[in-house]
Amino acid sequence: MNGTKFALLLMLTGAATFGAAWLIGNAYVFFAGYVVLQYIALATAWNVLGGYTGYVNFGTAAFFALGAYTTVVLHKLTALPIPIMMLVGGLVSGVVGLGTGYLTLRLRGAFFSIATLALAVVVQTLITNWNFVGGSRGAYIVRPPTAPLLGIDYIQYLFLIMLLLVVLVLATARAIERSRLGYGFATIRDDEVAAEASGVPTLRLKLLATTMSGAFMGMAGAPLPYYVTYLDPASGFSLAYAVNGVAMPLVGGTSSWLGPVIGAILLGTLQQVATVTISSALNLLIVGLMLVAFVIVAPNGILGLLQDARERFRRPFAGRSQA
Amino acid sequence: METSFDLLSNAVVSGVLLGGFYAAVTIGVSISFGMLDIVNIAHPAFIILGSYIAYIANATFGIDPILAAVVALPAFYLLGVAVYQIYYLAFERRGEEALRGLAFFFGLLFITEVILVLVFGVDYRLVEAPYIGPTLHVGAVDLPLRLLVPCLVALALVGGLQVFLSRTFLGRAILAVAQDQLALRLMAANPVRIKRIAFGLSIATASLAGAVLIVIQPVEPSIGRDYIGRVFAICVLGGMGSFAGTLVAAMTLGIVESLTATFYGPSWAPAVAFGFLLITLAVRPAGIFGR
Repeated sequence: MNGTKFALLLMLTGAATFGAAWLIGNAYVFFAGYVVLQYIALATAWNVLGGYTGYVNFGTAAFFALGAYTTVVLHKLTALPIPIMMLVGGLVSGVVGLGTGYLTLRLRGAFFSIATLALAVVVQTLITNWNFVGGSRGAYIVRPPTAPLLGIDYIQYLFLIMLLLVVLVLATARAIERSRLGYGFATIRDDEVAAEASGVPTLRLKLLATTMSGAFMGMAGAPLPYYVTYLDPASGFSLAYAVNGVAMPLVGGTSSWLGPVIGAILLGTLQQVATVTISSALNLLIVGLMLVAFVIVAPNGILGLLQDARERFRRPFAGRSQA
Repeated sequence: METSFDLLSNAVVSGVLLGGFYAAVTIGVSISFGMLDIVNIAHPAFIILGSYIAYIANATFGIDPILAAVVALPAFYLLGVAVYQIYYLAFERRGEEALRGLAFFFGLLFITEVILVLVFGVDYRLVEAPYIGPTLHVGAVDLPLRLLVPCLVALALVGGLQVFLSRTFLGRAILAVAQDQLALRLMAANPVRIKRIAFGLSIATASLAGAVLIVIQPVEPSIGRDYIGRVFAICVLGGMGSFAGTLVAAMTLGIVESLTATFYGPSWAPAVAFGFLLITLAVRPAGIFGR
């Protein structure tokens, strides 16, 4: 299946999703669906860097919140359509990703991860000290009841926008996987020294991956202020984004674009249900425990488990000599 | 003019005291990350765990928090041994420490924090001890005991570990692991066993570091994250495994933070540590005492 066909198929799936949500006709479906879609975008964005090149970003919350706060700033200055705000948010997060990467990616991978972890704390400090965006008190966004042009309910409009972003991000991720770029990323993940020695421009590729990944996270965060209508640093930089950004791809499987989607749908839905039925702190504990359990027991995620199962089904006697 | 000089000298002195405390917080990471090459980003979470244990001992039995931490040292050592055992079997042996090992420690950091939130809530907790209130005055300089005592404990901890590493057989074996694991195997020694002991020691330091942390400031579960940037900035700047370097780097960061807090406001302090970390990584990744 080539890229265009895949993109068409994604759009059809997206249209079907929107249609199904429309048919159910319950406002909560859009409300909860938005969060799951947002996590698909975040997890796939994380995987562009983490899964394809093997560099771990713990600062998902920072990149995501930068996108959200860019929207808060733009909202205060002018009235722009949300898609344009998403582009600006993506630009801001992408530049921050590029900067962090430029300073730390020439060193061992662990340093980049540590820097992103610290980045989350610092960006939060800056935002908390910045009165223009509400500081620690937070900022209110008044959203119109219906969307411009389409005339549908605003939450449905946000759902639609997030759906389009998911289509864009997934199409990009899959295109990367099958391109020269993707092979370049894979060489970095498998053996960076050998890749460098064979003439792969590793630093440039790593910077490209970091920038793209950060930009997609920022784009996923940009509509957030309109969704929550009240944004404060504690919720924008919530630990939930940081841990889900890492847990979803690793639980789903990092080797292909499908892994983060599986992880995000599974963990995202689980959390939506758990938040309603149990407490929200407890459901974060579940995510953390699943992350640790999966990296220890099933390092290739659900996708890896499925592949193993298929192998065993096809060649029932092949696995016995190993076991 | 004189008042601003007093302000400056007070800021520098409290920075030095703060730096001593930072050394206690970092020393565990200097062992695990600097010597053993284990990127234990969960270390601050273990420190907060140490704070809460000191808090429980202090609040329920009225025990001195630092004494409680000394009593808890063996338990933390065993915790460290257990964590290393899982880490070794699941990641290090398979050569997967880069991506999944990091995610494992991130998961531990997160789980510890959420469990502490579930058990204790997000309220700030503090301890009571005779040295928390009073302040010594030397000329114009104030020496608050709640900073001085942690600094002395930290210096004792760092000094003790330094003596242990350089004078005992086991300590030298740990230094050998840091230098060349393959050579150690060729001498028929088992690097995994030595690393297990060393990692246990690194987590044990978190008990003391946690106790002095809660002496210095009230603690709630998420403040561990504020220390991640600091701890790794100090560790890298200090030249990874070097204790003397850790001490110097910790004091430097303490002084810079204290000056920032005095002249610009305390809410900017976390940003200073991050700036430190980025500049160190960009300009001098080998640290001040690096080869």
